[in-house]
Amino acid sequence: MTDAFGLVDIALVVTFVTLVLGQLLSMVRLVLGPTPGDRILALDTMVINAIGLVVVLGIHQGVQIYFEVSLLIAMLGFVSTVALARFILRGDIIE
Amino acid sequence: MSVEIVTSYATALCLFIGSIFILVGAIGLLKFNDPMTRLHAPTKVGTIGIGMLLLASILHSYSLGDSSMHELLIMAFLFVTAPISANFIAKVSIHRRACETPPVPPRDDTWSTLSTPEEDKIIPDMPDTKPNKA
Repeated sequence: MTDAFGLVDIALVVTFVTLVLGQLLSMVRLVLGPTPGDRILALDTMVINAIGLVVVLGIHQGVQIYFEVSLLIAMLGFVSTVALARFILRGDIIE
Repeated sequence: MSVEIVTSYATALCLFIGSIFILVGAIGLLKFNDPMTRLHAPTKVGTIGIGMLLLASILHSYSLGDSSMHELLIMAFLFVTAPISANFIAKVSIHRRACETPPVPPRDDTWSTLSTPEEDKIIPDMPDTKPNKA
């Protein structure tokens, strides 16, 4: 019993470290990115990794209240990605 | 008792698989050398990674006693919206000439995302500029 729960704790730590590493690598691509498409893609990846961080925080604390937070971040991330892409494509977001 | 142990092991397995996929997606985003190639890594691999993390959250809440399927909603939303945003980013790469333009399709003049309507072709020398419809 303690083995299984200890394994979950180790997996949580590994997942936190991996998500933060993914955020840092995406940030490097966000700064380097030669084209605007790369920068939008890096921002989209960072939003998805942020959802993962919130979900893993919810598993770590054993509460359900982070569900709304991650759903809001997911919707805002999609809308902001589409808005950035449309701004670069058309020069305007809502025509 | 036994069910709790099995769900705990499944949670840990899902967390490990999800973290591996997310790390692979981030490394692919950083290491590939073409904008269209870079588009592949996070939009597909990262979606599977976040799906595994949400599955781990479902299993963990099931092992705690109050089972909830709320995370399926986030999973469905992400799986639906990830291809749409990838399509938009690919359009940005095509229109900014960041990649090779794909070869002309066999039956039409050009691809639909590159075609301009007739009433918008005011300045024929600069196909990217559009008149301002104020």
